[in-house]
Amino acid sequence: MSATLYHNARLIDPASGRDEPGGLLVEDDRIADLGPNVTADSAAMVDCGGHVLCPGLVDMMAFVSEPGEGSLTTASRAAASGGVTTLTVMPNTTPPLDNIALVEFIARRARDTAIVNIHPMAAATKGLAGAEMSEIGLLLKAGAVAFTDGRKAVASARLMDRLLTYATAFDALVVQHVEDPELARGGCINQGELATRLGLPGIPVEAETVLLERDLRLAARAGARYHAAQLTCAQSLGVIRHAKAARARVSCGVAPQHFALNENAIGEYRTFAKTSPPLRCEEDRQAVAEALADGTIDVIVSAHDPQSEENKRQPFAQAADGVAGLETMLPLALELYHAGQAPLMRVLEAMTARPADLIGLPAGRLAAGAPADLLVFDLDTPWRIDTSRLHSKAKNSPYDGRPVQGRVLRTIVGGETVFTANGFQDAP
Amino acid sequence: MTQAHLTAPDAGQLAAAFPARHLLGIAGLGAEHIEALLDLSEYYAALNQARAEPPKPLAGRTLINLFFENSTRTRTSFELAGKRLGASVINMSVATSSVKKGESLIDTAMTLNAMHPDLLVMRHPESGAVALLSQKVDGAVLNAGDGQHEHPTQALLDALTIRRHKGRITRLTVAICGDILHSRVERSNISLLNIMGARVRVVAPPTLLPAGVDRLGVEVFHDMRAGLADCDIVMMLRLQSERMAGAFSPSTREYFHFYGLDHDKLSAARDDALIMHPGPMNRGVEIDTEVADDVNRSVIREQVEMGVAVRMACLDVLARRLSQERAAAGTPNSGGKPEP
Repeated sequence: MSATLYHNARLIDPASGRDEPGGLLVEDDRIADLGPNVTADSAAMVDCGGHVLCPGLVDMMAFVSEPGEGSLTTASRAAASGGVTTLTVMPNTTPPLDNIALVEFIARRARDTAIVNIHPMAAATKGLAGAEMSEIGLLLKAGAVAFTDGRKAVASARLMDRLLTYATAFDALVVQHVEDPELARGGCINQGELATRLGLPGIPVEAETVLLERDLRLAARAGARYHAAQLTCAQSLGVIRHAKAARARVSCGVAPQHFALNENAIGEYRTFAKTSPPLRCEEDRQAVAEALADGTIDVIVSAHDPQSEENKRQPFAQAADGVAGLETMLPLALELYHAGQAPLMRVLEAMTARPADLIGLPAGRLAAGAPADLLVFDLDTPWRIDTSRLHSKAKNSPYDGRPVQGRVLRTIVGGETVFTANGFQDAP
Repeated sequence: MTQAHLTAPDAGQLAAAFPARHLLGIAGLGAEHIEALLDLSEYYAALNQARAEPPKPLAGRTLINLFFENSTRTRTSFELAGKRLGASVINMSVATSSVKKGESLIDTAMTLNAMHPDLLVMRHPESGAVALLSQKVDGAVLNAGDGQHEHPTQALLDALTIRRHKGRITRLTVAICGDILHSRVERSNISLLNIMGARVRVVAPPTLLPAGVDRLGVEVFHDMRAGLADCDIVMMLRLQSERMAGAFSPSTREYFHFYGLDHDKLSAARDDALIMHPGPMNRGVEIDTEVADDVNRSVIREQVEMGVAVRMACLDVLARRLSQERAAAGTPNSGGKPEP
């Protein structure tokens, strides 16, 4: 048995509300004990220097494209350097993750090549085609944590109705890209004055809200668990508040770009700020920040979507959507805390216990017996994001040069340190 | 034509004061740049009308017309303008449908740049594509229309036409009518007319108005007679027929009934109101034939004529600015000697 005591830490555990100085003892791949007075005789000692020790981050949304052009190895390194110990990959791969063999393939590849935990979401519909539902029960048994068509919305009301109804048999989580493809068709930017000035076709906020309201009605009737992958506007958040007040089994997420940026980041056709759903106006950005603070928005996701230079260096409408977001999620989320907009506990909960609960994993908490997936980070020291130093292969980030606070010092997965501020610990 | 028009304005000075190496849009220009460009255009218009040989400030310069979208009229206008000023003009038409989109744009830009053109006139179906290309080339880029974004020389030629008839642009009331949503002409025109102090109205069914148009400094009208009331200029926009049938308007017939320019609706405007159209016209769709051909009111053919003069002025200024920039940087300058 190997044992390590992480001492001189500020223990923060959103699941229990713990925030106190102390230590945490890891035995093998589990947390053995934690608290102000933990000691161990024969354990290796790691001094946390008074910094925050919290559960490793759980990311509910990353586009990795393996199989395809991407690589779970690279993504897992980006994750580890961003403090993410559990990564949920989207089924938008080539071919898509819509069958048992591929879901098992991901589990195998992750075990052999990745340095963090990886769980797949499986396709909600066969081939992501939006026509027939996939084998939800069998895919769940094979290890899928939820069902979604990822970048694509399940557009058909009839199919969504069936999907939600069927999913209740397994209490499976259905995750929707909340954007009505008809209302959004041809659009590439938030509809409004900026779109008009740039001469770009817009996507109205109603594309999100209309589909959300439809889905919530269907989910309520079915009694299904429904998760809106990313919400971006005040209108939708009002809808969610209403549904939660009615005790619907609904949850939702947001990517940092929708509380850290507004549409003006696009400026004169900056494609690094092209995302799906699109960046919205300042009022919507503020509404998103408030909804995160009060818990209306459950989780923060990286929406990590690496894109090559060639895919981004295009006329705006033709350029790929997406931000390589794994390594900037933590400092951007902490902006809410540093700006006094959200309590630290809430910000961390949105990236640890809450997403872990939604996808049914024991991770995301500091408790005896829980997996030793941990993060030590420096809460305060300021630094600047330098996209040339990202570990992700693709550097598509709109945050280059942004001053932030909150830096990963150590990432621990299953009791093993996989990353420190000095680099990766490569011996597996 | 007056003698004053045949005295060349100081294009070199205008070039030195010009805000950028490229002309990507009206946004970014000031009233003084626009006035000066119009003065220079007026000079070229007078030379063209007198069939006089213009100076050749573009001698030794290479101008490439790079069109990713069909346009005989604009391309021809630029070609003529370039040739009259002495440039070697090469026309390239690139069919976007046959090649993988975008990839070809950067590749084409790199390839063209290796041939060291001095002036690149570009049209592209995507908004922002011309700006993207301009980042990749050493020469001066002139936007001949990008997506639904800008078409600066069209706005300038409209302004020149207005100024020739009304003597000014400031305080005129201009109604822009038709497919505002898909029009790049309208974006450039709204910018220019606002910069020059005109009152701008847009007249269209709500489905053909872009979101937030009211925040661009225009008054919005859905009733054409109300929109045309007491206005000095009626600018019609082309409505593509495929956008008509059921998509943005229920039918051509209904559209013409409510938004087509005929004598009845025109009577709401001032008696001396000018009728303009960037062409090509859909007679009987957005404009009645009789109105379009009314020699007392319609300046549609003059717009085409002014197009050449405005493009000569823009090419002249960009070429001179490029020379000045290269001289300042000590880089080789392929062009003819700058005119005194």
